[in-house]
Amino acid sequence: MAIYMDYQSATPVDPRIAQFASPYLTQGFGNPSSLHSVGLAARGAVEDARAMVATLIHAEDPGTIIFTAGATEANNIAIRGTAQRNFSKGKKVLASAIEHISVINPMKDLKKAGFDFATIPVDHEGIVNLSALEGMVTKETVLTSVMYANSEIGTVEPVKEVSDVVHSKGNYLHVDAVAAEGKLDIDVQRDGIDLLTLSSNDIYGPRGVGALYIKPGIRTQPVLVGGGQERGFRPGTEDLYAIAGMGEAAHLASNEMQSEQDRLRAMRDALIGVILKINDSRLTGSRDRRLPTQASFIFKGIEGESILLTMDAMFGIQVSTGSACSSKTLEPSHVLLAIGLKHEEAHGSMVLTLGKGNTLEQVPAVANAVKQTVDRLRALSPLYGK
Amino acid sequence: MIMAQVGYSKTVMEHFMNPRNVGVIEDPDGYGQVGNPVCGDLMEIFIKVKDNKIDDIKFRTFGCGSAIAVSSMVTEMAKGKTLDEAMKITRGDVAKELEGLPPQKMHCSNLGADALHSAIKDYWMKIGKIPKEEPKEEERSEGETCPSG
Repeated sequence: MAIYMDYQSATPVDPRIAQFASPYLTQGFGNPSSLHSVGLAARGAVEDARAMVATLIHAEDPGTIIFTAGATEANNIAIRGTAQRNFSKGKKVLASAIEHISVINPMKDLKKAGFDFATIPVDHEGIVNLSALEGMVTKETVLTSVMYANSEIGTVEPVKEVSDVVHSKGNYLHVDAVAAEGKLDIDVQRDGIDLLTLSSNDIYGPRGVGALYIKPGIRTQPVLVGGGQERGFRPGTEDLYAIAGMGEAAHLASNEMQSEQDRLRAMRDALIGVILKINDSRLTGSRDRRLPTQASFIFKGIEGESILLTMDAMFGIQVSTGSACSSKTLEPSHVLLAIGLKHEEAHGSMVLTLGKGNTLEQVPAVANAVKQTVDRLRALSPLYGK
Repeated sequence: MIMAQVGYSKTVMEHFMNPRNVGVIEDPDGYGQVGNPVCGDLMEIFIKVKDNKIDDIKFRTFGCGSAIAVSSMVTEMAKGKTLDEAMKITRGDVAKELEGLPPQKMHCSNLGADALHSAIKDYWMKIGKIPKEEPKEEERSEGETCPSG
């Protein structure tokens, strides 16, 4: 019996969402820009979806939501578009040291284009250092990007406090909320967020669609240019299936988040409790400020890709790792290094991210599999025991 | 139909899941260690020599799936061979016996032949066949890059 525990990498589309959105592939196929009845029906589907996404994050109104072809694209518009549109205010940009690569890399590109890019340090739990931020933000800092929560270590950032610092001294705050959406009650107005990135698949919607919230009055510009769709911020004929699916995903997430997250939080706590009984194991990230779906560890003397392969091949349990050996670049996770782990420690990482298919009843089997995996690899390792 | 190979070959996974010759030989005739934990791979090989042949061989490895499979395979290939034959086993031979390794793993994790050669040289130094080498300092600082590709 397979147990999937890698929901932060990919989720299955909720069957209710597939059922809701599928007719837009074959029947409600119109172009939302067309003025005839078929087009207007399609326009209605897009606008309904926009309203659902706006509700999920308590946005001022649906017009603040731009649909994109995924979170990477939303991050690119938020970062490149906003920095370039507002460069007259200054040419400094900031990002936390544990941002997703789709935030870090646009920032690095801005650096090549003459912007000054610096990373905000985090503490050993991965929490952004607010006093460091205070020393870094100036009125020339046109954009600061700090994620709502980190998928690799589960840490939830103090977004409101970050917003207060950014707005007291600098300009705009962008928040990548992909890891947090559907898990935490995100309120862009309460939290003081100017731009916010969402992904559909992280709330069990179709892949290839995401959204960018742009607070009223914030000026940004598109990365792609073409027609005037999505107020010109993301030109191209709308993907009705994907957008309708994301809307329904947001709708279900708004309704079901509380009960689902209470359920998964209990499971997370059970997993953390039993896995930390393994000798020389440590939790990564914050114990208290933690996503309800996330449990991540490092194990001394073994390597994460071997953990992933053993868990999969021997026990049918799918997990993730921040180890260098499983990445295309062969570099350890920048997140694990940023929280102060040494390279040899970061290699021993295992990340569990929980979702709809997981139940409390799976905890003993998973815990047993982790224990046996760690024991097996330590018996092979010259770095553990003698 | 052409099927793209994704992930590890069946042989790599078979050796990873059922590694041969795991362990330590107390009082070995030769010992070799290569790699660096900072880079994510460390292998050690122990040999016992009888009549100029590898009579027994054991390994321990910290590393990814391919590193463990490579170690297992090289011990199986070397067992029973003469020392001169074993010295001729190359990284490429090991990868070939494993039905290939992903390109990014060819260098960083394919250290089995090096560990084997190091163990044989250690034996040859002990019996005076080759001059003793000063142990090399292979300490690597964290800023340095690890081998890749």
